Amino acid sequence: MKPVAFDYYRPQALAEAVALLSDMGDEAAILAGGMTLGPMLNLRVARPRAIIDISRIPVLKTISVHSNVVLTGAGVIQNDALGSDVIQRELPLLAMALPWVGHFQTRNRGTLGGSVAHADPSAEIPLALITCGGTVVLQSRRGQRRVPAREFFVGVLMTQRRSDEIVTALEWPRSAPDASHAFAEIAQRHGDFAIAAVACSVRLDRLDQVEELSLGVGGVEGRPVAIQVNSFVGRPAGEIATDLSEHAAGSLTPMEDHLVSADYRTALTKVLVGRAVNSALEMIRQRRDHLQ
Amino acid sequence: MTTLHRAAGERFTLELTLNGQRRSGQAEPRMLLCDFLRHELQAFGVHVGCEHGVCGACTILVDGRAVRSCTQYAPQADGAEIVTVEGLAEPGTLNEVQRAFARHHALQCGFCTPGILCSVTHFLRETPRPDEQQVRDMLSGHICRCTGYASIVTAILEAAAAMSRDA
Repeated sequence: MKPVAFDYYRPQALAEAVALLSDMGDEAAILAGGMTLGPMLNLRVARPRAIIDISRIPVLKTISVHSNVVLTGAGVIQNDALGSDVIQRELPLLAMALPWVGHFQTRNRGTLGGSVAHADPSAEIPLALITCGGTVVLQSRRGQRRVPAREFFVGVLMTQRRSDEIVTALEWPRSAPDASHAFAEIAQRHGDFAIAAVACSVRLDRLDQVEELSLGVGGVEGRPVAIQVNSFVGRPAGEIATDLSEHAAGSLTPMEDHLVSADYRTALTKVLVGRAVNSALEMIRQRRDHLQ
Repeated sequence: MTTLHRAAGERFTLELTLNGQRRSGQAEPRMLLCDFLRHELQAFGVHVGCEHGVCGACTILVDGRAVRSCTQYAPQADGAEIVTVEGLAEPGTLNEVQRAFARHHALQCGFCTPGILCSVTHFLRETPRPDEQQVRDMLSGHICRCTGYASIVTAILEAAAAMSRDA
């Protein structure tokens, strides 16, 4: 199908985009890669009066490393992020999640910020962002606002973004050198929306006890969920996988749809948490063997 | 700094480079890029399937990258370098990948083929010696209802081997 008629605006600077959105609010839609907005326009699920194309604003395409965080512009293209040495080195969890995002042909145009702003419950980039405890940076005429990702996502396609705000950047805590990460997902076909996805980061102390752990689950509830895992800190790493699977599955209320029952999502969550945790721990073992 | 504005429903002249030639045509803001290429510039090798970015038939190269042309709108392509299947080889000839597709019967109806050939062009530039899994991952962005994909995978792997031998 074809979209409804819309006014097209292409600002060259962020301030212009912010001013336009401030004037038009809900009547305008922000267009970057168009990998989610495009289908919604063509199917007429979205019927904006105006489109503000932010894909040629240079400042939104930068990746910068700071003392504790990496800042990725909202307009960074997913395949560029995947090919970035900085992201491979500093944000290994994001690098592991990216190959699961859509297909080669959609990652060539889809952006990091677009995926976050759209907030599909099964999307991998939001899942990676909540798992590592990142932040969403928003800009409006009223100023800049930073919202922790774990609060930003509210429900299916719903976020804390106000109608005059543009997602301008994502802030990712840099990975500790001794941290280990894993990403696991099950979809009907590779590149389809995840039925369930799990992201995991872990650090061990010298006695192989859990020192730091974060675990996120996507596709199961209406938004990506960071599982509360404090009770696992201090436990011997070798024995956590089964308990963690049960704990994660028990703390979620799964969605149900025409393809997948709630019970099946629960079962997949258990399997994927086990896979992700074991894969992260295996990576630590291999790294140690390599050093010895 | 200025903001470009194209009013809803109003036609404007869009200029871009198509297969190495400077071209222009008339568009309105909501016109899909694939429709612009077909209806205004007669690039009928751009096939339009699902119109929401899923089937891959409309895949073209924009500034060297394999992307969908059905989820982009004409004004976004202002000044872009576009290559469609018509521009992958000299007119009347086939390139290495196209010859391998013919040898291995990697197409029957041919509807998905132009999009796949554009994807493969970008993919092999980034991954000159892919393994089967990498080829299948890349192909997951295309739907082919004729071949079952096996012959497409074989053709791409053979073309990749031949091209890196020649390089």
